[in-house]
Amino acid sequence: MKFSLSWLREHLETTATLEEICATLNTIGLEVEGVEDRGAILAPFRTARIIEATQHPNADRLRVCQVDAGEGFERVQVVCGAPNARTGLHVIFAPPGTFIPASGITIKAGKLRGEESGGMLCSLRELGLGEESDGIAELPDDTVPGQSYALFADLDDPVIDIAITPNRGDALAVRGIARDLAAAGLGELKPWLTATVESRFDTPIDWRVTFPEACPWVLGRSLRGVKNGPSPEWLRRRLESIGLRPVSALVDITNFFTFDLGRPLHVFDADKLLGSELTICRGAGETFTALDGSEHVMTPDDCVIADSRGVQSLAGIMGGAESGVSETTTNVFVECALFDPVAIALAGRRHNLHSDARQRFERGVDQALPPAALEAATRMILDLCGGEAGSVVSAGVEPAWQRQAHLEFARLETLGGLSEAPDHAVHLLERLGFAVRERDARHVVVDVPSWRNDIATPMLLDQRPDLPPARAQAAAQGAIEIDPEVDLVEEILRLRGLDSVPAVSLPLRSAVPLPALSSRQTRIAGLRRQLAARGLLETVGFSFVAMDQAAAFGETPADLHLLNPIAADLDQMRPTPLVNLLAAVRANAARGYPDLGLFEVGPGFDADGQKLIAAGIRSGHSPRLPGQPAQPVDLWQVKADALAGLAVAGAAMEGCTITADAPSYYHPGRSGVIRQGPKLVLGHFGQLHPALLAARGIDVPVCAFTLYTDAVPEPRRKRKAPPALSAFQPLRRDFAFVVAADLPAEKLLRAVKGAERNLIVAVHLFDVYEGDKVPAGHKSLGVEITLQPMDRTLTDAEIEAVCDRVVAAAQKSCNAVLRG
Amino acid sequence: MSDDLETLREQTVQALAAATDLREWDAVRVGTLGKSGRLTALLKELGRMTPDERRTRGGALNRLRDELSRLIEARGQELETAALNARLAAERVDVTLPCAPDAQGLLHPITRTIEEMAAIFGSMGFQLAEGPDIESDWHNFSALNTPAHHPARTDQDTFYLPAEASGQPERVLRTQTSGVQIRTMLGQEPPIRIIAPGRTYRADHDATHSPMFHQCEGLVIEKGITLGHLKGCLSDFLRAFFQMPDLPVRFRASYFPFTEPSMEIDIGWSRRTGQIGTGGDWLEVLGAGMVHPRVLANCGLDAREWQGFAFGMGIERLTMLRHGIPDLRSFYESDVRWLRHYGTSPLSPAMLHEGL
Repeated sequence: MKFSLSWLREHLETTATLEEICATLNTIGLEVEGVEDRGAILAPFRTARIIEATQHPNADRLRVCQVDAGEGFERVQVVCGAPNARTGLHVIFAPPGTFIPASGITIKAGKLRGEESGGMLCSLRELGLGEESDGIAELPDDTVPGQSYALFADLDDPVIDIAITPNRGDALAVRGIARDLAAAGLGELKPWLTATVESRFDTPIDWRVTFPEACPWVLGRSLRGVKNGPSPEWLRRRLESIGLRPVSALVDITNFFTFDLGRPLHVFDADKLLGSELTICRGAGETFTALDGSEHVMTPDDCVIADSRGVQSLAGIMGGAESGVSETTTNVFVECALFDPVAIALAGRRHNLHSDARQRFERGVDQALPPAALEAATRMILDLCGGEAGSVVSAGVEPAWQRQAHLEFARLETLGGLSEAPDHAVHLLERLGFAVRERDARHVVVDVPSWRNDIATPMLLDQRPDLPPARAQAAAQGAIEIDPEVDLVEEILRLRGLDSVPAVSLPLRSAVPLPALSSRQTRIAGLRRQLAARGLLETVGFSFVAMDQAAAFGETPADLHLLNPIAADLDQMRPTPLVNLLAAVRANAARGYPDLGLFEVGPGFDADGQKLIAAGIRSGHSPRLPGQPAQPVDLWQVKADALAGLAVAGAAMEGCTITADAPSYYHPGRSGVIRQGPKLVLGHFGQLHPALLAARGIDVPVCAFTLYTDAVPEPRRKRKAPPALSAFQPLRRDFAFVVAADLPAEKLLRAVKGAERNLIVAVHLFDVYEGDKVPAGHKSLGVEITLQPMDRTLTDAEIEAVCDRVVAAAQKSCNAVLRG
Repeated sequence: MSDDLETLREQTVQALAAATDLREWDAVRVGTLGKSGRLTALLKELGRMTPDERRTRGGALNRLRDELSRLIEARGQELETAALNARLAAERVDVTLPCAPDAQGLLHPITRTIEEMAAIFGSMGFQLAEGPDIESDWHNFSALNTPAHHPARTDQDTFYLPAEASGQPERVLRTQTSGVQIRTMLGQEPPIRIIAPGRTYRADHDATHSPMFHQCEGLVIEKGITLGHLKGCLSDFLRAFFQMPDLPVRFRASYFPFTEPSMEIDIGWSRRTGQIGTGGDWLEVLGAGMVHPRVLANCGLDAREWQGFAFGMGIERLTMLRHGIPDLRSFYESDVRWLRHYGTSPLSPAMLHEGL
């Protein structure tokens, strides 16, 4: 919402400076987004007259001018290069020290080719005011020298642009802003009065409302014999100052009231309306061409204004091209209505039509103003366009907007933290237009003014349906009682300024705070640190990705497809962060960085819902070192990443098994699934499928892992028993078992471990051999076991017995035989 | 000493000096003191002598044996040292060669900022709460006093997903983490102090907007909590986060559907240099307000009994200010050069006692 200072002063009697006004606007919730103050920039420039211009003795193109620039500059010598610098010309003079906006130069006094020059004569372009640069600006001959040029040219009117929050429809009016400023103590709101215009004839058009839910009250009036020419200078300037293009008097008048009072009006060319009735009704599939030329098909939810020919206006949003006023208009019909904010908001959104009228109606306009506004508009049309006014016609009734709000004075402190004298609180409310209905020492009841559609509004709750009824009812009653009070507290606080509320640190609930993170959150934090400590860089990727990219990594159910994606490649909720990580590998490789490790801990989405997934990726090769060629990344690295991550995430690693059935985007022979028990999948790892990489043009090896952190069971928090630290040395024995080539080594290790649980504390695979030293279809696995006696040294016979059990167990579960 | 013993001593000393390595030295040692060594042989002869001869000769032999043993031992050590020195000299390497580099893993700056927020708010008794990214319309809007027609909804360009069942409203990608407030109020009885950092989504994509970004929401519901506490809590946070006890903080009245009174919070900075804390300009960093009575009622809390405040802040925005990061989009591009530049070590997590 833009307005000029002079426009504001039409409503506000104030001596406040622009800075004070802006500071107050910021304080009271009308955030200043920008100030355009040309007057301040142009302040040093003065009107002047060239007393005498003579040829410069040393330069053909320069002139030496004696200039009268008023007080203090009665006779200044200025050297000027403009061809039009001549004796008697009225000009714009910049004294030394003036900053020239267009060139960014500050004027200094000095000599030009030997002649003194004490300033500069300027073109409008140099002032940043125009393109004309064929010499210096020529002012009218009757210009008095020594005036501020900004003042002379009416350019000293600063324009303030403020952001209006959705609740403050009343501040979409210069008058509303003035009222707020006055209430905040920045001056006095000037009275606004309008006299009734006597009607000279019966308005020949009647209103008929068949959609009263959208339009409770509408007024209208004909004027005839008007002449629609350009607006007078003052009105044109006013609109231009806030960036509106003057069109014609009739259009400009409606725009003026939209911004001055926040009261949109519409003027129909009465001669273009057919029939003697305007109907406010639901749309019925008609095609409507709006004033801006856009076409819209009306729906039954739209409120339209129709004559007997068809839709002439999308009510409260935009008039129609067909019945708009033009230069030749002589008879008009002025519409002044109240529309339902919700209906307007939804219709505006439906048709994607933005207008100053919609902006105001959807926030709610002054519900009592239509009659006075119509009179004021009529007056202005008669004043600017002549003609005579008809009678006022109407349909519907003024809504019962009257309501009260009550405030316990104590609430200012118990909610607002501000200790405020009741008298002052009431005073502030009165300045905003609230009228005291009753008051005692503890509280006040006020009437809410007709323009404040945001205070003590009807109670609209959307309570959680499964709340216990008694609780829901008590909560609703609480809101009904407190809500209007809070509305008033907010009004008083914003006028006083929130900076006046003393800041109080939160009281401690315990001297030493409890952990902010749950056990699970702490484990996830540890997981991130573990993966980073293993050399992976953490990334953050978008949760939505391209559907085809997502499809390579999992299912892409339709209910995870965005209905309104911002881009075609951001349309599907990702099944796993691996989608982003692989894209990152590709992007980094393209930048010349193919060797990297990345991870992300973030959401993945599938038919079961949202999962918190830790995914990592390694690509390229290890660095080449002396005597050590570069090694491609391999699945053992990502397996180690995955297991290390899971351990920190709280998984019971003893119980984990690996199976070879990883998802299809992995290399089928070089990938594994980490499981706990037969059903629970904790993650997977492996080399990515070459076809997946080839399809993306990635020509370096890539390995990856995925951990499903939600699947990790909550670890039991039990106190650790003290460790059993044996006084006896452990002893180690090696075995070489020949097993079937396709036997998973893990199976053999488990069998060996289980052979003697009390003594075998570690089983370690140290060799795998496949070749001609073992039978075809077989391999040899070298296994070291560690025996830890606890209470005595083992005898040879005991050791022998354990080894026999190991061999037997391996034979039994894996069909393993000792290699000869 | 008799001549033969003198000769033996002389010859042994010479032989030791002539030995250039331990093998030669050992030959001398064995030739002198070994089982068939010359000195050993002389000692064996003692048994055949008379007691007098034996006393005289024995004393001399013993002295000689002690001396030669000492000389042999000393020479042996000398040669050993020389051999070791020679080996070490041969083993010399170019110690300026680079060692195999450990890949340096780092945490993303967003993670870091969330950790810092958790540390600071944690010290004020807050707990970290979470919620789903895909929210129901009710959790994201309606419960927060933002009905379908509310003008505030047009300010938030919402991403929609198909409804769970026909006839139900479409689901949304949460436009704010405020839904976590709602879940918390429904899920536990006050007193409540939570922060909820997380991903949020709005259909906006340009140099200063990303369709996905992170917000940290906060909620305090307790008896006796006033707007003064809101101001204190958030000033305390901002001053701790920016590590400036005197950071200028300004509270401006504003509007959000879910709080009343509502405000925006600015910190002092210099628009020209980007420096925080000085410069006379103001920069908006936070939105906050007292929880709206209707929001409380929607969650079954009686506004006559409970009140509190809520706030929300942009995590990327605060991160950019804190670390002088110029471009929002770079957060999500996974450019390893950027990640290495702005990432933080996993070995120095955000801990108040170590300093943030």
